Amino acid sequence: MTDPIIRIDNLVKSFGTFKVLDGLSFDVMPGEKLALIGPSGSGKTTILRILMTLESISDGHIEICGDQLYHMQRNGREVPADEAHLHKMRSHIGMVFQHFNLFPHKSVLENITLAPILTKGTPRAKAEARAMELLEMVGLADKADARPAQLSGGQKQRVAIARALALQPRIMLFDEVTSALDPELVEEVLLVMKRLAAETDMTMLLVTHEMGFAHEFADRVLFFDKGRIVEQGPPEQIFSNPREERTQSFLRKIIAAGHRV
Amino acid sequence: MGDWGGYLSLILQGALVTAKLTVMGCALALVVAFIAGLGRVSRFAAIRWLATAYIEFFRGTSIFVQLFWVYFVLPFAGVTLEPIQAGIMALGLNVGAYAAEVVRGAILSVPRDQYEACIAVNLTRFQRMRHVIFPQALPLMLPTFGNNAIELLKGTAVVSLISLHDMTFQAQVVRAQTGSTLIPFATILVLYFLMALALSRAIRMIETRITRGLDGVR
Repeated sequence: MTDPIIRIDNLVKSFGTFKVLDGLSFDVMPGEKLALIGPSGSGKTTILRILMTLESISDGHIEICGDQLYHMQRNGREVPADEAHLHKMRSHIGMVFQHFNLFPHKSVLENITLAPILTKGTPRAKAEARAMELLEMVGLADKADARPAQLSGGQKQRVAIARALALQPRIMLFDEVTSALDPELVEEVLLVMKRLAAETDMTMLLVTHEMGFAHEFADRVLFFDKGRIVEQGPPEQIFSNPREERTQSFLRKIIAAGHRV
Repeated sequence: MGDWGGYLSLILQGALVTAKLTVMGCALALVVAFIAGLGRVSRFAAIRWLATAYIEFFRGTSIFVQLFWVYFVLPFAGVTLEPIQAGIMALGLNVGAYAAEVVRGAILSVPRDQYEACIAVNLTRFQRMRHVIFPQALPLMLPTFGNNAIELLKGTAVVSLISLHDMTFQAQVVRAQTGSTLIPFATILVLYFLMALALSRAIRMIETRITRGLDGVR
């Protein structure tokens, strides 16, 4: 029995008096592909942002690759993590954003090589060779010298995926990566992610409104509502045979809105 | 009357002093603007406070008074400056305070998702500023820097008060010796205008260079 790669224990996150996450606990096993679904405001994006250290936590513990994310030991006591500790922990995690967040002043190639060169000391030539492999994989090798502004949304998102992969994180977070795309561009991004899921043993957490994709992609689906897990299980169970009333009504609404399941 | 060639060369000598004050003053202003502007967005309260104090003080008092302090009062504290040094210092610190706010504003206007992307690819705070935030903020600063530089050029006229022989000072000399106001002051009017024109052209050139390949970014 291997240990979980992510361990979330009694996590609380409040914005002012509003509790977004209220005593949340779950584990993720290495290599697992997890889909987080639920109505907006249910806290699923907040979980990814907390794992990427973009958001602080109010209470609880998170363990990543066997190490505390927001806490560290000093003189045998547990204290809040400092910037150096966070920096170390972030090297395990990569993230792809809804709005791509590419660096507009850098070329596609530079977007991908910047971090490996700066944070890992990878020699430029090696970083560029690796970036070209990744661009090949996402089907954009011919765009290496383009600026992000010259790309379509789907192309931008594929570059963003390549940028995150270049650091070889053990955990990848996908935050509604197709929500900002025109419908006809969604497919090309999902194809890349499907291949990624099939070909790597990376642990992946996916927040999405694409139920059909979640069904295909995930080993396990977590349905969130009001900062808590209402129901979880294999996609077949959640999508075809949900037990909880909340899950059923959410899926009914999604189908009524024209989404594929 | 008569020796207009000599008078013109006097004014041109003054123009040289004005140009020198402008160039050196701008260089100093640029350095302090970046230091104070970055200080304003520092995560350390003490640094933010220091930068704010500097900016508010130099924006809130007159350049005229600042110049007198630098030239006539600092010697009592054991710091004696040449007139040209005092002029450069007063102008640079004064305009630098305005430009620091430009630096701060430009840095804060870089969208938040750029900071988040930097965290996601694990850049350090310094790398984030150096490679991502600052390069995007710089093109936003330049147009206002151009304004600041022209303000500084025009501000150089006050240094005649500490007996620096700048263009305005020399025009006064010519006026006193010839009794003509129109000719020396028309001359320096044109010269100031040409210098300002050169400055804004130079800034425009730098702008085009820096923003090259950034079309469609904003």
